[in-house]
Amino acid sequence: MTVAVMATCLGDAMFPDAPRATVRLLRRLGVDVAVPDAQTCCGQPMVNTGYLDEAVPLVRTTVGAFEGYEAVVVPSGSCAGSVRHQHRLVAERSGDAALADGVARLAPRTYELSEFLVDVLGVTDVGATFTHRVTYHPTCHSLRMLRVGDRPLRLLREVRGIDLVDLPGAEECCGFGGTFAVKNADTSVAMGSDKARHVRETGAEVLVAGDASCLMHVGGLLSRQRAGVRTMHLAEVLASTAEHPAGER
Amino acid sequence: MGATFVGMPPFPEAARTALADTRLRRNLGHATATIRAKRAAVVAELDDWEDLRRQAAAVKDETLTHLDEHLLTLEAALTERGAIVHWARDAADACAVVAEVARAHGIDEVVKVKSMATQEIGLNEALAARGIAAWETDLAELIVQLGDDLPSHILVPAIHRGRSEIREIFRTRMAAAGRPAPDDLTDDPAALAGAARLHLREKFLAARMAVSGANFAVAETGTLVVVESEGNGRMCLTLPEVLVSVVGIEKVVPTYADLDLFLRLLPRSSTGERMNPYTSTWAGVTPGDGPQEVHVVLLDNGRTRALADEYARQVLRCIRCSACLNVCPVYERVGGHAYGSVYPGPIGAILNPLLKGVGSDPVTDSLPYASTLCGACGDVCPVAIDIPGILVHERVKVVDAHRGDRPKAEALAMRAAAWGLGEAGRMALGEKVSGLVGRLPRRRGMPGGRGALSWLPFPGSRWTGARDLPTPPVESFRAWWRRAGRDEEVRR
Amino acid sequence: MSARDDVLAAVRAALGPERRPAVEVDRAYRGRDPLPAGAGVVDLFVERVEDYRATVTRCTAADLVDAVAQALGGAARVVVPDGLDLDVPGAVPDDALTATALDAVDAVVTRATLGIAETGTVVLDHGPGQGRRALSLVPDLHVCVVEAGQVVRGVTDAVARLDPVRPQTWVSGPSATSDIELDRVEGVHGPRRLHVVLVEG
Repeated sequence: MTVAVMATCLGDAMFPDAPRATVRLLRRLGVDVAVPDAQTCCGQPMVNTGYLDEAVPLVRTTVGAFEGYEAVVVPSGSCAGSVRHQHRLVAERSGDAALADGVARLAPRTYELSEFLVDVLGVTDVGATFTHRVTYHPTCHSLRMLRVGDRPLRLLREVRGIDLVDLPGAEECCGFGGTFAVKNADTSVAMGSDKARHVRETGAEVLVAGDASCLMHVGGLLSRQRAGVRTMHLAEVLASTAEHPAGER
Repeated sequence: MGATFVGMPPFPEAARTALADTRLRRNLGHATATIRAKRAAVVAELDDWEDLRRQAAAVKDETLTHLDEHLLTLEAALTERGAIVHWARDAADACAVVAEVARAHGIDEVVKVKSMATQEIGLNEALAARGIAAWETDLAELIVQLGDDLPSHILVPAIHRGRSEIREIFRTRMAAAGRPAPDDLTDDPAALAGAARLHLREKFLAARMAVSGANFAVAETGTLVVVESEGNGRMCLTLPEVLVSVVGIEKVVPTYADLDLFLRLLPRSSTGERMNPYTSTWAGVTPGDGPQEVHVVLLDNGRTRALADEYARQVLRCIRCSACLNVCPVYERVGGHAYGSVYPGPIGAILNPLLKGVGSDPVTDSLPYASTLCGACGDVCPVAIDIPGILVHERVKVVDAHRGDRPKAEALAMRAAAWGLGEAGRMALGEKVSGLVGRLPRRRGMPGGRGALSWLPFPGSRWTGARDLPTPPVESFRAWWRRAGRDEEVRR
Repeated sequence: MSARDDVLAAVRAALGPERRPAVEVDRAYRGRDPLPAGAGVVDLFVERVEDYRATVTRCTAADLVDAVAQALGGAARVVVPDGLDLDVPGAVPDDALTATALDAVDAVVTRATLGIAETGTVVLDHGPGQGRRALSLVPDLHVCVVEAGQVVRGVTDAVARLDPVRPQTWVSGPSATSDIELDRVEGVHGPRRLHVVLVEG
């Protein structure tokens, strides 16, 4: 089957390593990968800030771009959650029945990366090698909107050479929250500081998560603190091999 | 009663002040962690918890769908059992009823059971304005009242106070309200509770009238239920001659048997106990036992406004357990006062806008945004209210309410972003421009090799004030795919 | 229009002319056992009452009077409700005592309507032998006699048996507060000590 990768706007424009690693990982697992040209943004930033009208063209673009693919893989819990749980609201708002139909077709075919690997491909050992001390932060939307559970951890545990350590208070929100990070910047930073402290307590070199947005927030704090911890998307670790280790182009 | 929520700033500003309060941060962090652990332990004892939540939600939804019928049934049952039923459109109606009952008996002092409904309507202030003193008898409410303070939590209104502060409040303020605190009062919680016992016992023994709320009102039988821990509720519900209960119209449940769900869900969700120490039920007047004059005030005060929102009306399932506050990472850090209302935390962030309506008050409009949408609140809610979903729903209502205004910066930014991201060609162009920025030399790199943007002008400064931002990548994913990715060999 | 008319009209307007069909409530939870597998109902009741730092004495019917006297621990004045079928040392009958008079007695002895094992709760419906509500509220020590046969498994069973029109008091341990730093303190306004005497056999 041909699988479309949804890069997400943040992945495309700011964190291309994540969708790039998703493409390489899926190909290594024998999947035929497509990247539809027409994709842009799922509209989540608008929906979650209350701008439903503004999200309509973005949902229309997304539905159009991914029409016809058997499966759509998203290296982001929150964007996958947006397609599965929020696009319906936007389509209802638009009053466009065709759009609503398109949303209804897209939503069940859309998977967050760890869901696709574990549930559709049926793998937990993806043949990765990554020889670093790593801690994993389960992002809120993957955890509580998509209910991915421990799928990402099951994938990480099979990575050769990895030193995977538990993150204290792992399931607590990092404080990013989309526009919350700027609308309520002080509270966002207070939450992120606690998350960064927990990350430092683990002694990990690398903080891994399935959402570039949360990593941008916690990674930005860790960088400002000169904590000596880098962030990496789950896809990058899973795409990493002995010959092509993550972190190199 | 000096303190008031009126005039407090919108959430982000109030939160900034709260975040700088070191004692508040410490008290809240300790208290919420303690109660979270207790709740988790007792919820784990019941293997059908999720089923109980679903069924409780169904009971409440069924009740709300036929609320007018249930209210009439409740009124008839109460009246049959000797209670006097009043209806109140709003706070002013309800306060007037309570004051009139007191006036009719020549009473100028009432004791109160902790009740969110009477806090919501500002009953104490309204009674004070008519020369009637209302004494709070719940320990935390007493601490708040004596300290001229505001409640900051639904269940533990003085959660923001530590023991040494409470000792000071008792030492300096108790005498003016009645029996003074003992001279040798320490900050041991048992000693503080002992001082409250002595101070309030005088009031209980002398009180002629009490005011309460109710956790549940059973339509079929007119049974009211008050759930509590300290026994102050029992004192108020039992000893005075006259009892007035102010009950939100959403508190009704159809039958007494329905309580078998709620009496299992509520204590485990609120105090983290299998059962709270005391639950009192009564139906109207019981000859020879307890108050012989019983009034019930059925309160709307915005509830029908919430009811009119077919999706968000589920907020009226709320049983005021405060589990959502205790798990909320935002509440844990800023406390209850930042929400500018007696209903703080995630439930307050949706209940206040639903009761009051959006579009006219900046504080109320700021509340749906006081959340990262992390979803922890929805997971613990014992009546399965979709709090994160309603937060987004209320944000949409706030934005829509302001669509006719001159657009503010955020609205313009959203429109610009929607345009820029609306079509792949426009987005690719934007990425080319940002890629040029990425080529500029940077003095400092982030771990992993990206350059660090450590300062941006407003509004970017909201981000870079405390966080680095990586410089944009030289090549976007889209550009890589076109250049090399489409045809790249499989990497092993 | 009266407030009553206004509120009812607002409710009806909010719900609209076409209401969603009634939501189905699945009552299957009522058939399920709320207790851990293999737990004895009475043993669990005792364990969970003690969890609240209440005291429990187990005795036979023959020892009941002694057990109650022991539980009273020398209390000089003990108020007893009408219809209490026990000899209690220092008994003061409830002669329409005022709250202030009740405040001057040391203890109260009552029976109960039922006990709940799931939660360690005793329920009084204030009938004969239990007294009006003030009796088991104002004195500092409450000795409550529960027959083993009165103990039900869970809250669901309790609700099914109770009379909603009678006033009820559900008691789970002594009065308590956690209002100061979430530190639990037993004994605020209700009886500071609860002593359950459980009669078996």
